[in-house]
Amino acid sequence: MLYLGPDKQSATVPDWPIHLAKLAEQAQDPRLQQFYQAGAITADTPLAEVPFVALDFETTGLNPALHGILSIGLVPFSLQRIRCAEAQHWLINPRKHLEEESIIVHGITHSDISNAPDLDSILADLLDALAGRIVVVHYRQIERPFLDTALKSRLREGIEFPMVDTLELEARLHRNRQAIFIDKLLRRPHTSIRLADSRARYNLPYYQQHHALTDALATAELLLAQVAHRFSPDTPIGELWV
Amino acid sequence: MSVEHQEIFEHLRRYTPFNTLPDDTLAHVAQQVEVSYFKAGTQILTFGEEISDLYFIRSGAVELYRRNGDLFNRLSEGDIFGQLGLLIGKRVRFPAKALEDTLIYFIPEPVFTELFERHEQFADYVEVADKNRLRQAVSRRRDANELMTSPVSKMISREPVVLPNTATVWDAARIMTEESVSSLVIIGQDNRHPDHHHLSSAGVVDQQHMVGIITDRDLRTRVVAPGLPLDTPIAEIMSTDLITVNDTDYVFEAMLAMLRHNVHHLPVLRKRRPVGVIALSDIIRYESQNSLFVVGSIFRKHSVEELQSLSGEVRASFVRMVNEDANSRMIGSAMAVIGRSYKQRLLELAEEKLGPPPIPYCFLALGSMARDEQLIVTDQDNALILDDRYDPALHSAYFKQLATFVSDGLAPCGFTYCTGGIMATNTQWRQPLTVWKQYFTEWIDKPTPETLLHSSIFFDLDGVWGKTEWVEELRSLIAARAVISKRFLASMAINALNRTPPLGFFKDFVVEHDGKHNQWINLKRRGTAPLIDLIRVHALAVGSTSQNSFDRLDDVIEAAVLPLGRGPDLRDALEFISMVRIRHQALSIEEGKEPDNNIEPDKLSHFERRNLKDAFQVLSNAQKYLKFKYTRAG
Repeated sequence: MLYLGPDKQSATVPDWPIHLAKLAEQAQDPRLQQFYQAGAITADTPLAEVPFVALDFETTGLNPALHGILSIGLVPFSLQRIRCAEAQHWLINPRKHLEEESIIVHGITHSDISNAPDLDSILADLLDALAGRIVVVHYRQIERPFLDTALKSRLREGIEFPMVDTLELEARLHRNRQAIFIDKLLRRPHTSIRLADSRARYNLPYYQQHHALTDALATAELLLAQVAHRFSPDTPIGELWV
Repeated sequence: MSVEHQEIFEHLRRYTPFNTLPDDTLAHVAQQVEVSYFKAGTQILTFGEEISDLYFIRSGAVELYRRNGDLFNRLSEGDIFGQLGLLIGKRVRFPAKALEDTLIYFIPEPVFTELFERHEQFADYVEVADKNRLRQAVSRRRDANELMTSPVSKMISREPVVLPNTATVWDAARIMTEESVSSLVIIGQDNRHPDHHHLSSAGVVDQQHMVGIITDRDLRTRVVAPGLPLDTPIAEIMSTDLITVNDTDYVFEAMLAMLRHNVHHLPVLRKRRPVGVIALSDIIRYESQNSLFVVGSIFRKHSVEELQSLSGEVRASFVRMVNEDANSRMIGSAMAVIGRSYKQRLLELAEEKLGPPPIPYCFLALGSMARDEQLIVTDQDNALILDDRYDPALHSAYFKQLATFVSDGLAPCGFTYCTGGIMATNTQWRQPLTVWKQYFTEWIDKPTPETLLHSSIFFDLDGVWGKTEWVEELRSLIAARAVISKRFLASMAINALNRTPPLGFFKDFVVEHDGKHNQWINLKRRGTAPLIDLIRVHALAVGSTSQNSFDRLDDVIEAAVLPLGRGPDLRDALEFISMVRIRHQALSIEEGKEPDNNIEPDKLSHFERRNLKDAFQVLSNAQKYLKFKYTRAG
């Protein structure tokens, strides 16, 4: 869980196109098969040509084993444009107890989710929106693990995909302040404070937090700012993805 | 499938023209938005490239340029750009560059076009926004000169660091270092007034405790360079000629005061108590490209030839101020400060050449320079007041040479000789104070066609050099005497009716009141000049000693001699006509032509024509009222 620095990290990053091809053969659920068959761009693809999708979940807590997904927001984008017209947002039934404490954070109430669909019924649309794209999140320990766990309990198989973690990109820059970073990691649910702080460093405006769609947009904007200041459109995606 | 983008919706709704749209329409706009980020310094749009979105600045700042590279506009959060390109040819008209890190919301062209066609207010706004920056000038909208039109108080970051006048220069240096300040306010131990009172446009210093100021430059030039001991009392080296500003004054005025008096630090007073010090460097930090730095250059030139070389810079400053949406008052004051600086520097040079003056004198600026309404096309109206000990046999030669030196120096710098001979080179306008008082008294008591003309020039007067307090005496004399002289006021009023505005415009012609058409209009002769004449008559009638037409108008409004609402109308009319005239001159300079006051109607936008017509109407009505008020029999 702890950030170990880019070198040790990169050792664990698979060769995504090959890995996804392998997963496509192993997958049982047709939706997952289709998702993996869309494949991934190669590691040497310059950022300017990468199809991204920013993804954010609101959850009932921090632990995928104990907590569930409440809402999903996503916004497709490229380095040139974030396309709100293609954004999507779902409220879903978390199948987990909704605690008062988390309601205060995201504002999603029992009545909001009582009629919400199960993840299973929107999974095809969700995977369709993610297929072939590089998922961008702020703090990698939420979206992929939660989706993985939720699918395992429903389909008996999990999910993997390449991601760019804007928090990790920030951590690379602020490596010498590792202690501060660990503090941040051990804080209460959600990484939103961190997201707002990171955005402020690039003079991005303050957005209302804890709405999956807005947070996804905020994350997409943050990546554009990070690339503009610290990388280049020619940087290969392999330097960023995890 | 479309989802609600609450964050974008809420933000757009805060700004015109989006706040004119119905909620469901705006929600649809928010759903269609695209977003991009531009690091500071990045080119956002280049001239002529295809444009397919309206650009909305979500955060940051953007500069728009003209094709020749000059700044056209500076925009910030909530502003839009690109609309002109979308409306005309779908090509970029004004290249744009991110001044700060900027987040842009793009509104795709089909969405924009639909809004433009279906929502009238939206269409009006986007059509007007770019073409007519004049409206911004009149309505004093948020503009690029935000800093310059902010009160001085906004720039004070801390209380002034004070030191008693009994301290030593060593104390001063230590305290300045400890407190990291570049100046100290020196206070008196007793209630003694400062040694010198100094009149400035920024106010009269009457601070019972503040007796001086020292700056780090003073320590360098007055202590270290001459090798004074460290225990030298600070009172011996401090500046006692205190120029101050009030905390409610504009930063712009503070800057003019600094440039005018050639000081770099100004104590800021609130209710006569020093509450801070602002330094020129504080202002420069915010306004690195200020139009007024040319003033500093003037004082560093050592000959007429060198001064002449600054003409281009002066013109560039003028154009820059226009492009930065300064209003006519700021431009008029700035150009007047530049003009005064030329005179002051020329007088310094003249005294260097001719030796110190045998008797005290005051060099006068008259007309537009005195009113702080100077523009780029101007002639030199000036005069000399001499000390009453003046003896022609002894002193005439000196002052004739001095006046000639200044006059001949001003001419190549863009201030043409006055064709009416209103210059200090003319013996008649180089007289002792007593004679001036006789002149003015006579002009008011027994007006003739000739002296009325003189009154309209000489009664706008300002001291630029020497015994400027004499000017106060003359102004008081005029104010006290004119107010009770009905015949004089009536004659001045009739004179002010000599020049009238036209009716308006039709196609590419100026339409006169008799229906005749003209090819062009002289906006000075037919607009600003009659307005200024008219305002002067009212000001004299209420005993105002103000010189600037806007200040005079304030005095006139306060005295309630105009029908309700007419005062503000006159102010808007003067501002509008002045700005059209100023813009026309700036445009001529940009096009490499010689600026003048003649405007061809086909150079005017629809908006300008409409508003000029209104302004002419205001002037025309005001002239009728002037005639009614001051020239009725009995």
